[in-house]
Amino acid sequence: MAVQTAQLESYLESFTDFTRAHASATPDWLRTLREEAFVRFCEVGFPTTRDEDWRFTNLSALVRTPFRLVRGNRAALAVSDLAPWIIENALARLVFVDGLFAPALSTIGSLPNGVVVDSLASEIARQNTANGAAAVAKHLGRYLDTRRDPFCALNTAFLEDGAFVHVARGVALGAELGAGIARPIHLLFVSTAGSESAPSPTPSMTHPRNLIVVEEEAQATIVEDYVSFGAEIPAFSNAATELVARGNSTVEHFMVEREHLQSFNFSTLRIEQARSANVVSHSLLSGGALVRNNVHPVLAGEGGECLINGLFVGSGRQHLDNYMLVEHASPHCASRQFYNGILDQRAHGVFHGRIIVHKDAQKTDAKQTNRNLLLADDAQIDTKPQLEIYADDVKCTHGATIGQIEDNALFYLRARGIGEIEARRLLLEAFAGECLGRIKPGAAHDYAHSVVEARLVSLAAPAPASSLTAESPERNLDSHWEEVG
Amino acid sequence: MSLLQIRNLHAQVGGHEILKGIDLTVNAGEVHSIMGPNGSGKSTLAQVLSRHQAFEVTGGEILFNGKDLLAMKPEEAACEGVFMAFQYPVEIPGIGNAYFVRTALNAIRKYRGLDELDAMDFLPLYREKMRLLDMDEKFMNRSVNEGFSGGEKKRNEILQMAMLEPRLAILDETDSGLDIDALRIVAQGVNVMRSPERAMIVVTHYQRLLNYIAPDFVHVLVDGRILRSGGPELALELEDKGYGWIETEAGQIAPASA
Amino acid sequence: MGSSTETIRDLTQQDYKWGFVTDIESERVPRGLTEDTIRLISAKKHEPEFMLDWRLRAFRHWASLEKAQAEPKWANVHYGPIDYQDIIYYSAPKQKPNLKSLNELDPEILRTYEKLGIPLAEQQRLAGVAVDAVFDSVSVATTFKEKLGELGIVFCSFSEAVEKYPELVKQYLGTVVPHTDNFFAALNAAVFSDGSFVYVPKGVRCPMELSTYFRINAAETGQFERTLIIADEGAYVSYLEGCTAPIRDENQLHAAVVELIALDNAQIKYSTVQNWYPGDKQGRGGIYNFVTKRGKCAGINSKISWTQVETGSAITWKYPGCILQGDNSVGEFYSVALTNNYQQADTGTKMIHLGKNTRSTIVSKGISAGHGQNTYRGMVKILKGATGARNYTQCDSLLIGDQCGAHTFPYIEVKNSTARMEHEASTSKIGEDQIFYLQQRGLKAEEAVSMIVNGFCKQVFRELPMEFAVEAQKLLGISLEGSVG
Repeated sequence: MAVQTAQLESYLESFTDFTRAHASATPDWLRTLREEAFVRFCEVGFPTTRDEDWRFTNLSALVRTPFRLVRGNRAALAVSDLAPWIIENALARLVFVDGLFAPALSTIGSLPNGVVVDSLASEIARQNTANGAAAVAKHLGRYLDTRRDPFCALNTAFLEDGAFVHVARGVALGAELGAGIARPIHLLFVSTAGSESAPSPTPSMTHPRNLIVVEEEAQATIVEDYVSFGAEIPAFSNAATELVARGNSTVEHFMVEREHLQSFNFSTLRIEQARSANVVSHSLLSGGALVRNNVHPVLAGEGGECLINGLFVGSGRQHLDNYMLVEHASPHCASRQFYNGILDQRAHGVFHGRIIVHKDAQKTDAKQTNRNLLLADDAQIDTKPQLEIYADDVKCTHGATIGQIEDNALFYLRARGIGEIEARRLLLEAFAGECLGRIKPGAAHDYAHSVVEARLVSLAAPAPASSLTAESPERNLDSHWEEVG
Repeated sequence: MSLLQIRNLHAQVGGHEILKGIDLTVNAGEVHSIMGPNGSGKSTLAQVLSRHQAFEVTGGEILFNGKDLLAMKPEEAACEGVFMAFQYPVEIPGIGNAYFVRTALNAIRKYRGLDELDAMDFLPLYREKMRLLDMDEKFMNRSVNEGFSGGEKKRNEILQMAMLEPRLAILDETDSGLDIDALRIVAQGVNVMRSPERAMIVVTHYQRLLNYIAPDFVHVLVDGRILRSGGPELALELEDKGYGWIETEAGQIAPASA
Repeated sequence: MGSSTETIRDLTQQDYKWGFVTDIESERVPRGLTEDTIRLISAKKHEPEFMLDWRLRAFRHWASLEKAQAEPKWANVHYGPIDYQDIIYYSAPKQKPNLKSLNELDPEILRTYEKLGIPLAEQQRLAGVAVDAVFDSVSVATTFKEKLGELGIVFCSFSEAVEKYPELVKQYLGTVVPHTDNFFAALNAAVFSDGSFVYVPKGVRCPMELSTYFRINAAETGQFERTLIIADEGAYVSYLEGCTAPIRDENQLHAAVVELIALDNAQIKYSTVQNWYPGDKQGRGGIYNFVTKRGKCAGINSKISWTQVETGSAITWKYPGCILQGDNSVGEFYSVALTNNYQQADTGTKMIHLGKNTRSTIVSKGISAGHGQNTYRGMVKILKGATGARNYTQCDSLLIGDQCGAHTFPYIEVKNSTARMEHEASTSKIGEDQIFYLQQRGLKAEEAVSMIVNGFCKQVFRELPMEFAVEAQKLLGISLEGSVG
């Protein structure tokens, strides 16, 4: 508790500095939003494992690290530095360096009428003059639950920049090629805490905040991508995204986490779905020391459909926590959660899938499946389904499996002449393929595929004993980046 | 003689009047679109036409092919040639798609005095229609709608329609939840079904579907009454102005619309 | 409600049609239970000393449990206290002591079985099914005995087995369900009067289905039969049991024990269609069906498969399980349990994995209608030595109407980290909309209901032998009477 208090003071210091720096250019509504959120964060503090939602994730390492906001000079990145993370054929790329928009690294091509892709900070600065800015004021902060989750409160308190995407009614963004090939909007968040040009080697924190509004009958594909640049210095990325899918819209969203192994990555995707909206969320967690990914859709309109697809791959001492809260608030909605986990060495995975079916949400159809592969005796998975059903005509199913690579299958492949490492890789790929198979074809699919493939190559190889320690770098980690893109 | 004649139809559910005097005539070969805001009675009209028993008809009449539709049970209406593509298709675990459609097809054939089709005659036909809707053959033996995504369910509805060859097809919000590619496939499946012998009623909340299935007539249903009828241009006008415009014009109090 | 509901109700308004009473003179022991009762039953059956001793040990154990009020109370069923001194523990039709042939059997009994659809007379026998008919406390006839005898297969009443094969009985009796197992197993061991005995010798595949047909006829009696089936190395046998009872206002107790033993490479398939009198529409009368069934896969590669269709009884308390001792042995449990009116069922299975690479499959389908309460209670235990054990559990509930209940209690205990567990569960409601969907495609209401229920139960029905599957389907159609809407 003493540690907590000391740390809260450090956050208070950061917040005071932050408010002072922004004093002049902040509209009142935003100042209020931040201040209320910070008060809420101070009231609640960091959760402990006694909190049911955090039972399997110990935050003490995060709590005792004094993270500071990155101020002033940022690392100077060149477009060529981004090479490993480029999505070919993306519709637009917004790059954020340590939480702030970097226009020189970003490309926003010509977009259809009524579509806005911009940094949130500049939209806020427009002060309600443009179409998009009106959407900001209308939606920002309206969905995220800062009461339930102190990390959401913290994000809102330090809300400064992130992406803003607004797709006007009826626009099928990035789908003009037809034949199911979607072109994504790529949001790339680069943490440069340990780069040579970074101002100081102190642990840094960022709080990216994204707002995505897809209007009625519109369509969009968004990739949120978290990467690190440079040496491994502890960094804390605490992102939050509000995704508003209005009536009959279709949205595909990706969360890709592949920061280095000193990173703390916390993220929340809060989805608000109107009538007949169809949202697909893919989470690919591969990097980071301590990662928590919250996906929280609220099916608020009748006939909505939501697919939450996830793959987490951990090794070393990585801790990857997947928390889902699916709220069925209207009748005739369907939700699907499919999460596959692959854990090696001493990695610890968590799948916490909570489904709440509200009283009026009759004819709900909710399904949840979590499958896990443990590659080592010390790897650990905690899987916890949690169903709360207040309606009486619903269909809910859940399933969980924990298993190992099957010796028989491995032997079969080897008996056909395939080497052991290659055989393991094939089997891992087949297991991960279940998740990749749920991604619609297109540039984002290919990108996700290459990210996963690179990660699995390293897992298939036998582990050198040294990689069991947290201090040692992930095997071949840097080389993956080269292979990607 | 018109294929479908609806005269002054009133219907209620649980004592709450939803349809407040509907008049509609649909001839063979025509495609009619019924549009309207949430809660206007669009789906109720579709359900009454397919004879859902939960809706009590309190007045008016419906002639289908000259016969009293309101006297028919749902299966009789189906056998007479009324098909509804459901807004929320139901799952039937343990019953395969192909088996289900063949059972339905044979029930209808039997009613019409035709010989039943055996699997050998049925399957080639079924496969052909599946290809039309870009559906994988593995769907054939999967349980009816079980584990299907929303888009797959909608495609399956159109597949059933193609197999059962109805005289009147009612599409209840068949576009909801579909992405643009799935919508194109579904629309193509519907469009090849258009013929001089067949009529269609396309019920939709949104205008987008009508870009792909061009209606001959558009009717706007608000609060249980058809307030406006016109050609395809009416749908475009609605897209620009929303439903509020018609509601105001007709002096209605606008119900909240999404 | 709609006309579809009425159609179904009209069509299926049938009463329990096995509820007649056969008028026959019977021989009974006095009401109540003391050591003397045990001695009397044993004497009537001319049992050897070891049996009497065994019974008495069981009785003393039961008496101590009763004194300690240790009747199991954990099941999710509710009933008034049972007065164990108010039950008649032995009732047998009066007949010549040693029947030479079926012709000597009381024609009333023959007619009873004919009415039940189980003709015993030579010329009408069901081809391919050998039947042991148990009437109240004793076995009255066994068909096809000679034909089976040619293969060395023993299929006879338990009493006959005690007399003719005392060594086999002594070797296996109580080895799977010891008298100390539970309250009702102890009671059964003390007072059991008859039952079926099967021994299939090494390497023999039993060419026909063996079947026992249990009939409770007399009033105020309990039925306590005991079945013992042994499949020696490499043997195979498929065994079926059916049960019915007359309509009576009082509740009658049925506490049976079934023990199965499969040695190396042996297979036993045990199917039950349980249709004891379920009580009337107000919940008066009906059988208390408190049964202990367990199989031991003692040998390597052995397999025991339980399939049950439970439609009768006021209360069912039953957990057919498998002890998977031999390496690579397989246990299966397929169940359909239906509760209508005021019936209660608490049923499921226990799979205890001891051997390496043991596998178990559990598929449970519960249907609740009227005020019926249906509980699935299953235990899967994977012990330390059970390397590579696997379990798959699927547990589905179907609710018809809104007065009934479905409950699921899975217990999982894993002591070996190589275990692979899969669990799926669902609860859904059959409603007007499902029926309407099928009607809209041209099917009649009753065809629609039968299609939905059959689809739901399909995975279990396909495990039943053909004749039984048809019977089970019919039974389910009838048991669902008036329950839709």
